[in-house]
Amino acid sequence: MAKVKSLAELKAMREKLQTGLDLREKSNDPDSLVQIKVAMATCGIAAGAKQVMEHLMEKADELKLAVVFTQTGCMGYCHAEPTIEVRVPGRDPLVFGHVDNKRADEILTKYVMNNEMVEGIIPVNYETIG
Amino acid sequence: MINVTIDNKHIQVEPGTTILKAARQAGINIPTLCYFELAGMKFENKPGGCRVCVVEVVKDFNGKPRRNLAPACATDCVEGMEVLTHSPRVINARKTVLELILSDHPNDCLQCEKSGDCELQALAIRLGVRDIPFKGVQSTYRKDSTLSVRRDMDKCVMCRRCETMCNNIQSVGALSAVNRGFSAVVAPAFEQNLGDSSCVNCGQCVQVCPVGALSLVDNIGDVMAAINDPKKTVVVQTAPAVRVALGEEFGMEPGTIVTGKMAAALREIGFDYVFDTDWSADLTIMEEGTELLGRVKKVLNGEKAALPLFTSCCPGWVSFYEKNFPDLLDYPSTAKSPQQMFGAVAKNFFAQKIGVKREDMVVVSIMPCLAKKSECARDEFKVNGNPDVDYSLTTRELAHLIKQCNVDLNNLEPTDFDSPLGQSTGAAVIFGATGGVMEAAVRTAYEVYTGKPLANINLEVVRGLEGTKEATVDFNGLPVHVGVCYGLANARKMMEEVRNGNPRGFHFIEVMACPGGCIGGAGQPFHHGNSDIIRKRMEATYREDAGKPIRKSHENPDIIAIYKEYYGEPCGHLSHEQLHTHYFDRSEHVEVK
Amino acid sequence: MHVLCCGGTGCHASASAQIIENFKRILAEKGLQDEVQVIQTGCFGFCEKGPIVKIMPDNTFYTQVKPEDVEKIVNEHIIKGRKVTDLLYMDPENQEHVSDSKHMGFYRKQLRIALRNCGFVNPENIDECIARGGYEGLGKCLTEMTPQQVIDEVTKSGLRGRGGAGFPTGVKWGLCAKNKCDEMYVICNADEGDPGAFMDRSIMEGDPHSIVEAMAICGYAIGATHGLVYIRAEYPLAIHRLQVAIAQAREYGLLGEDIMGTGFNFDIELRYGAGAFVCGEETALIHSMEGKRGEPTLKPPFPAVSGYMAKPSNVNNVETFANVPIIITKGADWFQTIGSEKSKGTKVFALAGQINNVGLIEVPMGTTLRDIIFEIGGGIKGGRQFKAVQTGGPSGGCLTTKHLDTPIDYDSLVAAGSMMGSGGMVVMDETSCMVAIAKFYLEFTCEESCGKCSPCRVGNKRMLEILEKITDGRGTMEDLQELRNLAAVIKDTALCGLGQTSPNPVLSTLDNFWDEYVEHVVDKKCRAGVCKKLMRYEIDREKCIGCGKCAKNCPAEAISKTNYIAEGHKLPSMEIDPAKCIKCGACMSGCKFNAISVK
Repeated sequence: MAKVKSLAELKAMREKLQTGLDLREKSNDPDSLVQIKVAMATCGIAAGAKQVMEHLMEKADELKLAVVFTQTGCMGYCHAEPTIEVRVPGRDPLVFGHVDNKRADEILTKYVMNNEMVEGIIPVNYETIG
Repeated sequence: MINVTIDNKHIQVEPGTTILKAARQAGINIPTLCYFELAGMKFENKPGGCRVCVVEVVKDFNGKPRRNLAPACATDCVEGMEVLTHSPRVINARKTVLELILSDHPNDCLQCEKSGDCELQALAIRLGVRDIPFKGVQSTYRKDSTLSVRRDMDKCVMCRRCETMCNNIQSVGALSAVNRGFSAVVAPAFEQNLGDSSCVNCGQCVQVCPVGALSLVDNIGDVMAAINDPKKTVVVQTAPAVRVALGEEFGMEPGTIVTGKMAAALREIGFDYVFDTDWSADLTIMEEGTELLGRVKKVLNGEKAALPLFTSCCPGWVSFYEKNFPDLLDYPSTAKSPQQMFGAVAKNFFAQKIGVKREDMVVVSIMPCLAKKSECARDEFKVNGNPDVDYSLTTRELAHLIKQCNVDLNNLEPTDFDSPLGQSTGAAVIFGATGGVMEAAVRTAYEVYTGKPLANINLEVVRGLEGTKEATVDFNGLPVHVGVCYGLANARKMMEEVRNGNPRGFHFIEVMACPGGCIGGAGQPFHHGNSDIIRKRMEATYREDAGKPIRKSHENPDIIAIYKEYYGEPCGHLSHEQLHTHYFDRSEHVEVK
Repeated sequence: MHVLCCGGTGCHASASAQIIENFKRILAEKGLQDEVQVIQTGCFGFCEKGPIVKIMPDNTFYTQVKPEDVEKIVNEHIIKGRKVTDLLYMDPENQEHVSDSKHMGFYRKQLRIALRNCGFVNPENIDECIARGGYEGLGKCLTEMTPQQVIDEVTKSGLRGRGGAGFPTGVKWGLCAKNKCDEMYVICNADEGDPGAFMDRSIMEGDPHSIVEAMAICGYAIGATHGLVYIRAEYPLAIHRLQVAIAQAREYGLLGEDIMGTGFNFDIELRYGAGAFVCGEETALIHSMEGKRGEPTLKPPFPAVSGYMAKPSNVNNVETFANVPIIITKGADWFQTIGSEKSKGTKVFALAGQINNVGLIEVPMGTTLRDIIFEIGGGIKGGRQFKAVQTGGPSGGCLTTKHLDTPIDYDSLVAAGSMMGSGGMVVMDETSCMVAIAKFYLEFTCEESCGKCSPCRVGNKRMLEILEKITDGRGTMEDLQELRNLAAVIKDTALCGLGQTSPNPVLSTLDNFWDEYVEHVVDKKCRAGVCKKLMRYEIDREKCIGCGKCAKNCPAEAISKTNYIAEGHKLPSMEIDPAKCIKCGACMSGCKFNAISVK
């Protein structure tokens, strides 16, 4: 990686990266790209987020679903860890709490593939400055 | 100058003055407990921990009252500050804090060594504590003792003076605070035995302890038993620094010289022979001075010899370099300390002379020192398990002994020491003060080396209370570079300098562990942080020297006589056997096991 | 179509199970069970207005739904597509019905500034951080602002230290910058120690780059080139993420030498703490970093004058730093608009205790406790009564119902007898004994006191002993008096912040729950049933059939037969010898006749 040489360079980089992220988030092929973020802070990991993420990845492979997995920090819903945020293009992002392997399967097979709701939705109750 | 108002008194103080000192300037004496200063000796302990000295700042730098009470010892005055030292809020807080401290302190004052000399007791009296409202658990810790220092941490008030002394002044690093909260206490690392730590038994922790948490190992009982044993001949020797401090224990002004009264008191107590360590101090000069000249001559002849020569009179210092500088054990003089030289002479030459078997002679030393108790127990100072010096008492123990024996020191007629180990010169007297050994050695070495009398025998440059001094003395064209220091942190710097090639080219360095030398020793009456007391003891030392008819060791007729009669010559064969020693690598005590 | 019905404890208590039941039944009756799915969700957090029913995908948000409302919702909304207006949320400000939860004030109550990237970006990927504007604040400082301008901007923003005391951050930077010196340090205090608090950990785990960036900004502002993070060794994930972030930033030239080609050098090292609470105090923290015993020293000298290695140092807390980059990019004026008059911006709280939505929240300063507890926190678990909320950890105090509508900021909390602290917030209901709570916090302080000053070392221990006496039923009214005096003296005389604030849990409970103390002391009664020694198990001799099971279960042989045979029973009833009873409760849990109770 070449070093960032100026603020202008950083800003240009941001533009590029943002589109990169956008591409990933708002793919032209809405049926094939789903993004799942797993909250992997200590609270999440302690509640089993790591295993759930591994399981989700395996299951997605098995189902031949194109899913982008990302780990992220604490979403704040420690009472419902492990929590994951599922973004299916064209739908509002949803946060699911208390995700175990069983619920993970349901999320992929029911919510992602068939747009059926699954138990354990957590309403996002904050606004983020960004 | 800064304007401050304390208890409605307006005063002007230098910037950087604490409220405590400003108040003293205004004649207001705020009580303290953890705070401790030895002015002029770089020892200042103000952790702000005990909170006894809190005061109310009614007007701070911003014109507003300070939210919390401020510790006077550690709060600097600022312009326009207004302070109350005895408002109801302050009095209540101060008293509550003291009651809290007392609630975790054993109330065994009657049996405590520190009783009557205890700063906590004095505070309780001063603040009129009549009841301790807080009943609760008291902390208890394992009792621990070396041959010199006893630790009873149940009594510790966490003033941390010992820690500051051990680390900042002595750089020994044996004591520091361990554990947290209510269990916090000062202890050696991992709460190991003090004797297994890097402790050198200098005992300065005992000298500054406000209470009885750190105290000396009391040998009065052993000595009394020996005196009362008809089979034993009990010989006593008294160190130079004792005679200028003992009087303090009997209400005399600091700096009062009580040499003759002390000798008389020792006889009253029942010692069979009352001798003087000063005599063996003269002997030490003969041996050490000869050793110095020998090493210097060797170097001048292009041979190898360890220079600078370090003095070896101070057992705290000896222990310190054995533990910290095992690679430099060739440098210190091999001459025994005056205490041990005396013991060796008494149990060899003198025992033989009076026809007493070594085993039937008990040698007691009166020392300003706690490390001497450990020194006399060293294996290398024993013959078939029988030590050259059996017991070492401190100045404070001697005072107790005199009182126990109903001797009225103040009204005793002074007497002389016994012969032949009693006569001494002014050179020996000044061993008690920092720089004294150096000055005494120069007086003799100069004349022996040059064969000419020294024009001015007062070597003023090495006198005084500075921590480190250096001087060059012209030995008839040979510039002899000498150094003097007290406090083991200063000594550490000197040793490190020598380890790094002795860039200043010292030939001879005197080291004493205690502040001001032996006069500030840990076995002396408690000075409670008043460095004027040490200064006065020092002045008395030089007064005694000036008043002596003979002031050079090599002119002491009894010394001349013993070489003629017994030892032959300084650093000769017999003196090597009896008056010299060797050192051991004891560094395993410093590395934490 | 989906019907989302809240299954949180609060809503559950108010019949959400019945509502789900009704939905399923009615939908089945109408043959809609395949088209409409009924889902039980996690707590919406809006328990004040529960039970909540949400219809998707049109996002209609029904509040205070009763089981009998279900039929109407199915008929009107699901079948006919008409919203049931009277069940919609009514905006208290304009009295209008709001159907979409996104437009409801409640869901605006949290505002994530410090946590802006937490749960959004991948913390181990610097690209995602840059995509979110990361390091632009630093870039702006280095290329467009002088150090003084940076300090002025932070000062103007009104940002105050989030570690607890709330000292203005910009002013702190300015004081340090004044002591220009060839060696200066920026120190990040990540020694989060309040029991139950994990704001800083979450920020470091979720957004480490913001901390790296902010420290570099601070370094530029005060003239330092070294940054140190003092972090607890028991935060392995936070340590890992910070290490990754530092390495990535170095690789990108955003840390190290000649940052962004501006000639500014700054680098960061981590220092690990052993998790002593007192090391959160800045002088103790510095001593610990120097390898000395972690205990505080008197200020002045302040670290700004003589800090790490006796060099001028600026110590800020993690959350404080997390606010800095965004203040630079969005400007002080923007930041100023958020929060209360004297406390700007937001505060992160770790919400814990007897509350539905335990978790990490961030709200603008000036939000009321009621909003936090009942709306964001979803109210009290199991529908029990709110009793108190403890803020500020062991240094804070317990606030009660009368404080619920106080807008919280640094000053209002202190005025109410508590403090902001680092942001721990523990909610308690009627099952909490306030004397026991005070005792719990004091136990913590006693453990964590460094033992340097006597009021804290001995005084807190003595206070704890008095509290133990009270909870053991041996307390006297004089003890309460002594407790007050001790608390006042410790507050007044202790050396550092830990000691000065340690009596707060005791003082605030004495002030707010005096009756409970008196009950413990005079009536020897603990109304919450927490203080075991004050509990008394009793057998109702009219209900007891004399089966003797309790006597068999009793491990202390405290139960024996009496001579009394109740009417209709054949065997004599049992009784408990209170002197032998160890209050284990084995008798009561084993009694099938409900004859045993706790008094």
